[in-house]
Parts: sequence; structure tokens; C-alpha cells
Amino acid sequence: MKLITAVVKPHRLDEIKEALQAFGVHGLTVTEASGYGRQRGHTEVYRGAEYTVDLVPKVRVEVLVEDDDADDLIEVVVKAARTGKIGDGKVWSVPVETAVRVRTGERGPDAL
Amino acid sequence: MNGANTAFVLISAALVMLMTPGLAFFYGGMVRVKSALNMLMMSFIALGIVSLLWVLFGYSLTFGDDIGGGLLGNLDHIGFQGIHPDTLWGAKPDAIPVFAFAFFQLMFAVITPALISGAVADRVKFGAWTLFITVWVSVVYFPVAHWVWQADGWLFKKEVIDFAGGTAVHINAGAAGLACALVLGKRIGFKKDPMRPHNLPLVMLGSGLLWFGWFGFNAGSALAANGTAANMAFNTQIATGVAMLGWLAYERVRHGAFTTLGAASGAVAGLVAITPSGAAVNAWGAIIIGLVAGVVCSWAVSLKYKLGFDDSLDVVGVHLVGGILGTLLVGLLATDGVGGLNQLGKQALGAFTVLAYSFAVSWILAKAIDVTIGFRASEDEEVGGLDQAYHAETAYDFSAVGSSHVARRTVATIQDQVGAGAPQNKKVDA
Repeated sequence: MKLITAVVKPHRLDEIKEALQAFGVHGLTVTEASGYGRQRGHTEVYRGAEYTVDLVPKVRVEVLVEDDDADDLIEVVVKAARTGKIGDGKVWSVPVETAVRVRTGERGPDAL
Repeated sequence: MNGANTAFVLISAALVMLMTPGLAFFYGGMVRVKSALNMLMMSFIALGIVSLLWVLFGYSLTFGDDIGGGLLGNLDHIGFQGIHPDTLWGAKPDAIPVFAFAFFQLMFAVITPALISGAVADRVKFGAWTLFITVWVSVVYFPVAHWVWQADGWLFKKEVIDFAGGTAVHINAGAAGLACALVLGKRIGFKKDPMRPHNLPLVMLGSGLLWFGWFGFNAGSALAANGTAANMAFNTQIATGVAMLGWLAYERVRHGAFTTLGAASGAVAGLVAITPSGAAVNAWGAIIIGLVAGVVCSWAVSLKYKLGFDDSLDVVGVHLVGGILGTLLVGLLATDGVGGLNQLGKQALGAFTVLAYSFAVSWILAKAIDVTIGFRASEDEEVGGLDQAYHAETAYDFSAVGSSHVARRTVATIQDQVGAGAPQNKKVDA
């Protein structure tokens, strides 16, 4: 199994969810996150005092998949998340040793 | 007794009362989230403390007969003795009950110390603050209001124009704010850490309430439902609107954006500047006063970074500078042949004596509190946030998960545990 993690622009979340559903993914986890990449942050002005806000809002989408599906799913997420502008985010995958469905105790791919 | 005037003054008093919670929101939205409630409370508590002092001796010291020299009222009306529902203030056909006048003037005494709190945001012991405003209104506000508004007050006799409080309220509070900011020092991380306003909609709400209540503050100061009140209300609107435009224009040129905080701040700067002046100028005068106040105050709020004092929410830049502008400009712009260099001199005398007196006494008072009981919060309390340190509360509960730990426990069980030697836990907002 693999864990696909995508840290992307918050307003792309709906497209990503729809694309994942169309792909056949049954579940995912979404977390509000903040961070920066090469685009860094932006500047805000309050009564003339300028603040550099370098952590910008992002969402982190996490999906567990079987090994064979991982590359296709990454493509699906990347396509759905892309706006072509700076700050679109990152998607990566890592191997997962085990997964358990809490209700039934099923393990491995059966738990997905 | 004049029924129309009485009704107008009672309604105006209620409008002015709303300005203190409005100010609390205006300031509260500007601080960081960890001390938001503390900022609200620093204003709100004045509604309690000053109301009590007003009955005990405040009204008497301010509007009692002069003790001599125009410096202070006597003690004849301590506890409001000798004042009955049919005791009148003012000359007959316009007279209103003293209770209506005292109710109205009380609201001015409430908001003035609350204004100071913006200069010392995020770093004051709450108990010490209550002591400060108790003594401050007693030795600074009551005397200064007597100088300016009581018929025997020495500045009143010098014919200083201060219709609704440019000197007694705004210069007074601004100078005190500067003194307190200097005694207390900067917030930890000033000019280094981001100190963005945590809730700009709250700031906007506060400035809206201030603007609304200010019609009572300014027009109500006529103490009569007449043309003076109408002119004042009208000019209040004009100057405030133009000041907002002035602030935004300066900001757009200087910093590249029309900010929400700038709109709210510009409006308040205009309100401050038109307060002493609005009844003595025409609409063109109001436009000039508003424009000058908006642009100059917008520039003045940057001074603290250059000069290195932490007037956290710009009480000096908005209230002191705006109050001085309004008080001086009316000297030039007053209609009916009053305006001119002679009147400007009188205005300058009023503005700078109040500034000097308030600054000196406030500095001594703040220093005295600091060396005795301590004025400034401890470093831990300041860094962790004053809301939990002094109020045992949190402004916003964003997370349903985060609070579930205490959600099922009652205050009683927490107290039981504390009694049984469990760790002291101040969080009681179960």
C-alpha cells in the first residue's frame, strides 16, 4: 500500500474530491495546513506597518491506495489540483506497512 | 424644565454609552487573539468603575461650584446630595433636570479612561489597570472636565472652544496613553513579531458603533434639541466621511492599498477632530477639518515606529493628534467672526495645558503603580496571553475536539480536584 499526500491550494479541494471519487477512491482525510514553497508568502499592511505573511493556507489531502493504483492516482490528484500558477503545491507518496479497519479488524488492502 | 431638550439629552446619553462597548470592539479586534478579551474588558470595566465614582464624588468635583481659580468643583454634591428629580441644570426655558445632564456627562467620564487602554494593549495587569483608571479619572479627568465645561472653569473663562471634548476627552486620553506607553515600555516582540489585528470585522463593527454613538456625544453636547445640535450632527457626519476618504487616499498613495483598518481609523480620526469644533464651523469647515485629520493622523500613526514607543493601537496618533488638530483648526475656521489668530492662541493654550497636565500626572501615576503593585504583566502572562492569565477564558473556541477534555466536567468537580491537591487549573469555562 501507499499513502498519497497532497498539499494543495484550498480552493482546488472540491475538484480533487470529485476526481478521486470518479477514480473509485472510497475515503480520504483532509486537514487544514499552512506552509510555503518557492512562492513564499505575501505582504499585508496595517496602519502603514507591513507584515510579510510567509505561511499561506493550504489543505493536506491524504489517501491510502494499493501499490498498483498509486501512480495513476497521483496523476489524477495532480491534474485536479493544477492551476498553472505559482503555489499549486506538492503531491508525494510513501510506502505503508499496514492498515487496519477499526470496525472489523480487516488488515492490509482489505481495509481500504 | 424643557421636555424636548430633556428627551434629547437622555437619548444622547444612551448613544454615548454605546460608544464604550463600540470602542471595546474597535480595540479588541486590533489586538492578537490571545488578549482579545482583556482588551474588551479594559474598556468595559470603565462602565462600572466610573459610574460608581461619579455618584460618590465625580459629579461634584466636575460640576459642583468652583472652589476657586476655576480648578475644581467643591464637594457639595457628594453622593448626589441636594439633587432631586426637579433640580434643574441651565437657564430657564432650556433647562433640563440635573439627572439628565449628569447621566449624559457620566458617559464622557466613562469612555475617556477607556480610550487610554489602546496605548497599553496586551501587557497590563488587569487589577492594576482598574486602580489606574480609578485614580486617573479622579485626579485628571474630573478636574480637566471642570476646567473646560464648568461655567467657572478657568479654560471656559478663557473662551477656549471645546464643544464636546477635544481637550477634556481626546487630548486628555491621548496624552495619558503616551505617558502610560512610555512607563510600561514596549510589548515583547514589538517591531519584530507580527502583531496583526486578529479580527478586522470586529474593528469595523466597533468603528460603526462609535460613529453612531458619536452623534449623541457631539450633538447632545448642545444640551438642547436646537439648531446648534443639528449643525453639530451634520458636521459630524461630513467631517467623518471626509476623514475616512483622506486616510484611505494617503494610504493608497503611501502603501498601495485601501485598507479596512484605514477606513475605520480614518472615520475615528474625523470624529475626534470634529468633536471640539463642529458647532462653530460650517460644512466647508467640517470638510477641511475632516480632510486634514484623515491625512495627518494616517501619517502620525507611523511616528511610533520612528520614535520607538509602543502606542499599540495608536491612541496618540489618532486621539492626541486628532484632538489637537480639531482644537486648533476651530480657532481659525470658527464662523461668525470668532476665528482668527486671537482665537487660535486661546485654543493652543487649552490644548497644550491639558496635554501637559494629563501627561505629567498620568506619568507619575503610572510610575507609582508600577513601583508599588506593578503595572506590567509578567513575561509569562504576556507571552501566553492575558485572557487566560486574568480572565480564565478564551475568546474563540474554534475546535470542537480541543475543548472536549474539560467539556464534561463541571466547575464544582474542578474545584474538588483543586481542593484535593490536583494541579491548579484556571480554565473554568466548561
